[in-house]
Amino acid sequence: MADSAAEGGGASRLPGRETPGYQPNVPLEPSIFRFIMKYSKRQQLVVLALTVVSWPIIYLTLELPKAIIDQAIGAQGGWARDVLGAEMEQITFLMALSFGFLFFVILSGGVKYVLNVYAGRLGEQMLRRLRYMLYSRILRFPLPHFKKVSQGEIIPMITAEVEPVGGYIGTATSTPLYFGGLLLVYLGFIFAQDVFLGLAATALYPLQIYIVPKLQKRVIALGKARVREVRGLADNIGESIAGIAEIHANDASLFERAGIARRLDRIYIIRYEIFRRKFAIKFLNSFMAQLTPFFFYAIGGYLVIAGDMTIGALTAVLAAYKDLSSPWKELLNYYQLQADIKVKYEAVVEQFDPPGLFDESLQLTDEAGPEAMGRTLEAAGLAYSEDGQSKTVDGVTFSIDLDKHTAIVGSGSSGRDELALLLARLVRGTGGRVDLAGRHLDDLPEPFTGRRMSFAGPVPYLFSTDLRANLDYGLRHRPLRPAAETESARSQRNRYVRDAHAAANIDADPEADWVDYAAAGVSDREMLDRTCVNMLRLVDLGDDLYQFGLRGTIDPSERPDLADAMLTARAALRDRLDATQQSALVEPFDRARYNTNATLAENLLFGTPAGAVFDIDRLAEHPFVRQVIHEADLADTLLEVGRQLTETMVEIFADLPPGHAFFDQFSFFGSEEMPEYQQLLARTAGQTAADMRDEDRFRLRSLPFKLIPARHRLGLLDDDIQARALKAREIFAATLPDTLRGEVEFFDPDRYNRAATLQDNILFGKVSYGEANAAGKLSAMIGEVLDSLSLRDAVMVAGLAHSVGVAGARLSAAQRQKVNMARGLIKRPDLFVVNEGISNLDGAAQRRVLDAVLGEMKGRGVIWSLHRPGFARNFDHVIVMKSGRVLEQGSFAELDKEGSALRELLESE
Amino acid sequence: MSLNEEVEILRNIPMFANIESSKLKLLAFTSERHAYKEGEYLFHEGDEGDSAYIIVEGEADVIIETGEGPLTVAHFRKNALIGEIAILTDVPRTATVKATTRLDAMVISKELFFRLVMEFPQIAVEIMRELAKRLEATNARIRELSAA
Repeated sequence: MADSAAEGGGASRLPGRETPGYQPNVPLEPSIFRFIMKYSKRQQLVVLALTVVSWPIIYLTLELPKAIIDQAIGAQGGWARDVLGAEMEQITFLMALSFGFLFFVILSGGVKYVLNVYAGRLGEQMLRRLRYMLYSRILRFPLPHFKKVSQGEIIPMITAEVEPVGGYIGTATSTPLYFGGLLLVYLGFIFAQDVFLGLAATALYPLQIYIVPKLQKRVIALGKARVREVRGLADNIGESIAGIAEIHANDASLFERAGIARRLDRIYIIRYEIFRRKFAIKFLNSFMAQLTPFFFYAIGGYLVIAGDMTIGALTAVLAAYKDLSSPWKELLNYYQLQADIKVKYEAVVEQFDPPGLFDESLQLTDEAGPEAMGRTLEAAGLAYSEDGQSKTVDGVTFSIDLDKHTAIVGSGSSGRDELALLLARLVRGTGGRVDLAGRHLDDLPEPFTGRRMSFAGPVPYLFSTDLRANLDYGLRHRPLRPAAETESARSQRNRYVRDAHAAANIDADPEADWVDYAAAGVSDREMLDRTCVNMLRLVDLGDDLYQFGLRGTIDPSERPDLADAMLTARAALRDRLDATQQSALVEPFDRARYNTNATLAENLLFGTPAGAVFDIDRLAEHPFVRQVIHEADLADTLLEVGRQLTETMVEIFADLPPGHAFFDQFSFFGSEEMPEYQQLLARTAGQTAADMRDEDRFRLRSLPFKLIPARHRLGLLDDDIQARALKAREIFAATLPDTLRGEVEFFDPDRYNRAATLQDNILFGKVSYGEANAAGKLSAMIGEVLDSLSLRDAVMVAGLAHSVGVAGARLSAAQRQKVNMARGLIKRPDLFVVNEGISNLDGAAQRRVLDAVLGEMKGRGVIWSLHRPGFARNFDHVIVMKSGRVLEQGSFAELDKEGSALRELLESE
Repeated sequence: MSLNEEVEILRNIPMFANIESSKLKLLAFTSERHAYKEGEYLFHEGDEGDSAYIIVEGEADVIIETGEGPLTVAHFRKNALIGEIAILTDVPRTATVKATTRLDAMVISKELFFRLVMEFPQIAVEIMRELAKRLEATNARIRELSAA
């Protein structure tokens, strides 16, 4: 609380943005090597040191086997010179050498393990740093840049394309050094044995060093082309998803398929070409590697026979050579990898440097900006051009009072859209300037523009979460209160901060409470929720919010008060129904009575499934339910009911053409299943349950689960069956295994049902099929009950938990615009810039919301670019735009005269 | 009330008298059953017509608004088909229907009614016959009135 209070102050410190090692506006290093050197010099030195340490150990693991063979074992053979005395001593010597060998093998492996882990972690840190830098750049892209690059291109760059860069960076110095060193050690060992052999082993290296890069060059170019094509593929797929309705509506699926196929072909051709060349290089390398042993056998063999070399030495040399080929191969691979990574890094980085990047220090700054908004906003010679040539806003000069409401009107191409974006500082002008609060608008920090000002455009974006989080999005600027902490959370948090700093990432905790209640004029979550509800009411979304609330569920452990209130409402509704002699509208759940407006499945379960296990549509399939059916002596009865039901369905629906809508609406099975059920009837005619096939029995028994006596009126579930179903209900509840207990929330008149919606909790029963307009009457009555208990607001607050779906897709375009307007109002801006904002609402609602928003913003600044010039009547000041210029401005009354531009716009509306 | 009983009721309505029982079962099965209290309205004059009603039990008044207030113009009893005009011609309800006793009705939605007519020419023919009969009755009444 103290934090948010302190935040009102001008230059108070805003916590959570400390990011050691991250400099605002830092340029991206143009090459991967400079990136590595700049951000991991010290770590690379550690890698280097570990690598150097490993060399003598590796040398020893080579030297010892030779000593073992030549000196310890060879001594017994007789043909070698005797070095040691007693037999016991020789064995001891052998053992000492062998254990020494073992020790160094383990040590060498240990050093390698440490090195690998360290290098791997380094690579991940650097990858994390790179990704974070790239993402930060996206947050600085000038908005028009997003018209040129698509999501489909940008996303794979940060996700897939830079992925191998991390792996490479970890090994950038260690691999060449380790394997280079290894190679040198092995070579040194070979040369120490025999210079000629050494020369023989390396004779072909110069040739390989010369040829491989030549071949590699073309592969690199192909790699670059492949990156481009894969980006294009991502873009194509993204477009198909975005345009899926158009594809279907225009029968263009083949055309789109053809486009994708061509793209895949290009990738295929490039890949094929890369394979051919890559494997050609591989072939060459392995041929040369096999050529060398030839020299060993020929020359080394000669030397041994001639007696100039011991057989032990040759064996060791051969072993060393075998080892030699692996580091050499690794070096060549490394060369190929680094060439590939170089290309990838550059191909990504060049895409993240568009001209006109926003100044990052304005986002990261601690400065909250000027204390006062000032009285006016002044534009002088303001111009904007997207392509550098044609100006969509040109030489605009005006002064806007920030305690009044200003309308901008004009045709769609008048530049009013761009002007609104300029004044909201979402795009930067290309000429002239805007002054606000005594500063140039472009120099104001985002903590000022993003908190003191609101913006609402015509196509708002809602984040894929619930309504609440979308509404308070305008209040989440900095973490203000830490998340509730336990001991283990704190140590995890320390680790998190340490690792974030190592990669120059922000260390702020997204789980902390970021919501600045003070900015909304409230002191806590509860008050803010009420504000959210009021704002949604204001923008004409109150009824929808109420419905979201009624159809939503709550967790009674989190909201025990609301759960209790719903029980009160349940009782109140029952009283009201009784008092008005309308209790027949709803058939309450009664453990002792069969509910004729519910399915047999619902009657059996007598509760709400709290998960997928007891899915009501598939209840008959559950083994426990089947067992209960048998115990309640219902199995044979249900079989008979199922058969009668099938007969009736076949009789009624058999004549209908296949695919007739009645099947979906009314039948217990689809038209395509009709023949199967006809056969089933024929097959089971006269059979007893025991004679039937398992699946026939199961099918027939499953059908009656969907029967609702009051709806279907088939008279199939007589009193006797209903009585036995009640017995099954009892058995179900009594014998339900503990493991399944959490899967069903039983109906209990005195308890809140956590799995059911608020509305179902209030109803506590099934709406009667037999009563005319029961649902409508009940809905009105629930409204009355909630109002009489002053619970409507609480239900609406529950509605704030309504999930808006991906990008708000579960809301209509008009609802999204309303939410966006409310979001703009909740942070209580000093200036609200609106571009159209409410254009998707129906006419009457537009007028209502406009009036309400202007009323709410009374005494504060509003600049509204209007899609309907007639609305300008409600504003204090009107600016009329045409072709990027201000044609006239003044009050509506002044401008609304014969021959004025405003009149012309009004008349053409 | 089971399906078979409803089929019997339908059979007593002249329009459905000649229709085979499986079709009547379909009609009964796909319609809804609603109960109305005495004094409750089935629909009001000017409402959008979305369903036709067959009185299964009870009685209802047909009322039209006149300059001098509501005027009861007809009285329906068991087995009467009400409200089919609005769903056949897409005009608002031409009269108000109010239950004068406890009333039980089968409610056939517009969609369902049309499907049945399309699907089963017998029903269409029966409806034509019924409408023609009513037209003839109306004409007779006009002749009576103009003669008077």
